[in-house]
Amino acid sequence: MSKLIKLAVLAASTGIAVFFLATPGFAAGGGAELLKVDIDPGQINSLQRGARNFMNYCSGCHSAQYVRFNTIGKYLELSDEQLIDNLMFNAEKTFEPIVAAMSAADAERWYGKAPPDLSLMARSKGADYIYSFLKGFYLQADSPTGVDNLYLPGTSMPHVLWDLQGYQRANFSEHTEAGVTTVHFEGFEQVTEGNISLALADDYDEFVRDTVNFLAYIAEPIRAERRKIGTWVIMYLLVFLIIAYMLKKQVWKDVH
Amino acid sequence: MNEDNVDRIDRNRRHFLTVATITTGVVGAGLATFPFLASLKPSARAQALGAPVEVAVGSLQPGEMIRVLWRGRLVFVLRRTATMLERLADGLDQLRDPDSAEVGQQPVYAVNATRSLRPEILVVEGSCTHLGCAPLEDFDLRPAENWHGGFFCPCHGSKFDLAGRVYKGVPAPTNLRVPPYRFVRDDLILIGQDTGAA
Amino acid sequence: MARIEAEVGKPQGGFMQWIDDRFPWTSTMKYHVTEYYTSKNFNFWYVFGVLAMVVLVIQLVTGIFLTMNYKPSADEAFASVEYIMRDVEWGWLIRYMHSTGASFFFIVVYLHMFRAMLYGSYKKPRELIWLIGMMIFFVLMAEAFAGYLLPWGQMSYWGAQVIISLFGAIPGIGEALVEIIRGDYSISDITLNRFFALHVIALPLALVGLVFVHIVALHEVGSNNPDGIEIKEHKGPDGIPLDGVAFHPYHTTKDLVAIIIFLIIFSFVLFFAPEMGGYFLEHANFEPANLKATPEHIAPVWYFTPFYAILRAVPDKLWGFILFGSSVLLPVFLPWLDRARVKSIRYRGWIYKSALGIFVVSFVALGWLGTQPASETYVLIARIFSVIYFAFFLLMPYYTTVDKTKPVPDRVV
Repeated sequence: MSKLIKLAVLAASTGIAVFFLATPGFAAGGGAELLKVDIDPGQINSLQRGARNFMNYCSGCHSAQYVRFNTIGKYLELSDEQLIDNLMFNAEKTFEPIVAAMSAADAERWYGKAPPDLSLMARSKGADYIYSFLKGFYLQADSPTGVDNLYLPGTSMPHVLWDLQGYQRANFSEHTEAGVTTVHFEGFEQVTEGNISLALADDYDEFVRDTVNFLAYIAEPIRAERRKIGTWVIMYLLVFLIIAYMLKKQVWKDVH
Repeated sequence: MNEDNVDRIDRNRRHFLTVATITTGVVGAGLATFPFLASLKPSARAQALGAPVEVAVGSLQPGEMIRVLWRGRLVFVLRRTATMLERLADGLDQLRDPDSAEVGQQPVYAVNATRSLRPEILVVEGSCTHLGCAPLEDFDLRPAENWHGGFFCPCHGSKFDLAGRVYKGVPAPTNLRVPPYRFVRDDLILIGQDTGAA
Repeated sequence: MARIEAEVGKPQGGFMQWIDDRFPWTSTMKYHVTEYYTSKNFNFWYVFGVLAMVVLVIQLVTGIFLTMNYKPSADEAFASVEYIMRDVEWGWLIRYMHSTGASFFFIVVYLHMFRAMLYGSYKKPRELIWLIGMMIFFVLMAEAFAGYLLPWGQMSYWGAQVIISLFGAIPGIGEALVEIIRGDYSISDITLNRFFALHVIALPLALVGLVFVHIVALHEVGSNNPDGIEIKEHKGPDGIPLDGVAFHPYHTTKDLVAIIIFLIIFSFVLFFAPEMGGYFLEHANFEPANLKATPEHIAPVWYFTPFYAILRAVPDKLWGFILFGSSVLLPVFLPWLDRARVKSIRYRGWIYKSALGIFVVSFVALGWLGTQPASETYVLIARIFSVIYFAFFLLMPYYTTVDKTKPVPDRVV
C-alpha cells in the first residue's frame, strides 16, 4: 500500500509542480518592467464593473469579435434585459458578438492602424501588460495624440481615459557610461487630476483592474469551469488508481 | 505463476477487483464520451444563426405565398382567400389526420380547423413529412383529377391540403409541421418563437 | 497425440469457433496478448510505449472532432479555433486535449527513446524496431509541425516560415523545394490547406501504419528488459520463458496503473495549466497571423527546441541546415554506433554511464536554450552543448569499445 501512496504522491506532486511551474511568463515590451495586477475570474462584481467599463470606454473602437453577449451574461449573472440596457449599445440581439462602433476602415484612416480586437489580448500579451499599458500614458508633446505610453512607445492609441485618470508626466533620467547613453524611467508625476466618479468607480487603479479582470475573463471564458471540472476528473482518477493498483498487486502476487 | 498457489480467497479477491476495475473504467470511459457527443449538438453560432426570424405579412395579398428560411429550413407563409378557407371543410374523410390530432406536428394553438393562429395566415414548414423534399404549391381546383388545391410533393407524390394536412393513400405519414410562431403586430410574425420578448 | 493437439488451442463454443474458422482472432490474441511473454522485471521506464499508444488514441479521437469544426483557410482558421474554444459545446476540452496531447506525445516519446538508450533496446536483434521507431519519430515531427500551422496564429505563421525556409539552404534545389512545400511564393492559404491535408490524413495514416509495424516487429523478437537479457534463451519445459510473464494479465494490470497516473498528470496540465506557461500554447499564437510583423521573440514549440538550438548555434545557413538535419538523423545509427557487448546500462562501465548522463544534460540544456532569445552568451553555450551532442554519437564506436563492462547474468534477478 505504501507504494500506492508513493505513486499517488508522484502523480499529484508532478501535477502540482506543473501547475506552479506553469505560471505564465510574458516577454515585456517597451523596456519598462510591467506592473503586476491581481485578477480573479471568480469576482463576479468586479467582472460586471469591468464589462461596463469595457463597453463604455473600449468598445467604441475595439471589438471583441469572438465574445457573444449572452455568453458574458450567463457567467456575469446578468439577465437579457440587463444586458440590453447596460451593455449593448450597438448590438441588437444578445447572441451577437461584441463589434466596435467604429469600422476598421475608418479606424485605419484616422489612427493609421485599426485598433486590435481585444477578445484574446489578455492571453497574447498578458493581464499585467494591459494593466500597465492603461496606467502608462504620459504627456508627450511630439506625439500626434499628445501622449505616449511607457509600455508601448509610439502607440497610436490616444489616452481615452484621461478624464478619469488625469494627465501625468513621465520623468526620465539619462546615464552615460562608456559613451553609451541609457534612459531610465524614474516615475510618473500627476499633472492634472482626473474625475474617476465619471466612471462610477472608486479610484483609477480599481477601474483599470476591473477592466483587465474582464478582459482576462473574455480571453478564456471557460477558465473557472475547467478548473472545477478538472478537480472532479482528478478525484475520479485517484479512486480509479487505488482500485487498479490493488488489482495489479493481487495479480502480481504469484510472480516471484 | 502457479495457479495452485493462489488460494480461494485470493481468487475471489482478484475476481472482485477485476470487476471493480472494469466497472470504474467503463464508467469513466462512458463519462468521457459525453463531451464528445455533446460537441456534436448545434453550437452557439448555429443557435445564433437559428434565431427566430421576422416575416412581414402586411403586403401579402390573398392567395399569395412567400417562402422564408428559419434555421435553414423552408417555411411557407400563405394568406388564404375566403374560398380557400371554405374549401378546408370539404372532403375531410380523404384526410389522414383532419383534426391535427398528431401531437408534435403543430403547437397547441394551431390545433384547429385552419391549423393557424389567425384563420387566413397559414405558416407551415415546407418540408414533406415523408423524406423532407420541398412540396410545390398548386392552389387550383381540378375536380376531374380529384385535386382540391394544396401542396404536392414532387419526390414521391404526397399530397397536402391548404392547411398542410396530408391526404390518405400517399407516402407521407403526417401533416406538414407548423413551426412555433406568433404575431408581433398585425402585419409582422415571428417564426421560431411563440413566447417572451422579441 | 495428434487428436489432442488438434483440440488444444481451439476455442470451445459455437460463436468463437465460427469466427476463428474465418479470422485468426484467438490465435492473434494468444500471440500478442495472453501468451506474449515479457520479462517480469520491467520498471518505470517500460511504460512509455503504452503511454505513447494512449496519447496516439487521444490525438486521433480529439483530432477527428476538431476537424468537424475547424476551417482550413487563411481567412477563417484562427476564428474557427476560437469558435471551437467558445461556441462549440465542450470544444475547449477537445481542443485543450489535442494541444496538451501534442506536447505529451513528445514527452512520452522522448522518454521511450531514452529507455532504449538506457537498456540498449536498439541493439541486436532489435535494430529494425529502433529504425521503425525513428521513422515514427520523424513522421511525428512532421505531424506536429504541420499541425502547428493550423491555428494560423503569429507563431504558427512565423514558425512555419522559419522552418520551411530552412530547406532553402539546400544548394541548387533549395528555392524550388521551398516553393513546392509552400505551393505559393509565401506561406499562404494554399500552404495551410495542404498542411491540413497532411496533418489530418496523410501523416496520421503513416503514423498508425508505422506503429502497427513497430509492434509486430517487437512481438516477433520479444521485448528487451532492464537487464538486457534474452529471456527466450531460458525456457521451462512448457516452452514458456522462465523469467517471462504473460502480457495479460500481468502487464495489462501494471500498464493500467501507469496509464491512470499518466492521465492524472495529463489532467493537471489540461485543466489547470493548458498553456503550460507559454510552452504548450505560446502566447503569441493567440494573435492571428500578421504577415507584416514577426513576433518579438520567436521560438518553435519546446519539443523542437533542442534541434533548433543547434541550428541557431551555427553561423552559416547551409551548415546550420546540415547540422540541424544530422542532429535529428544521428540517433538512427545508434544500433551500429554502439559497440558495447552488453545492452543494459546496469552492466556498462563508467564511460558510457557518464556519456549518457552528459548527453541528457546537453539535450535538455539545448532544449531550454532553444526557447530563449539568441543572446551571445546563449549561442556560445549552445555551441558547447551542440559539440557534446554530436560527440556522444560520433565517438560512441570508440568509447563503447574501450568501456569496461560487467558480466551479464544468465537469468533475470
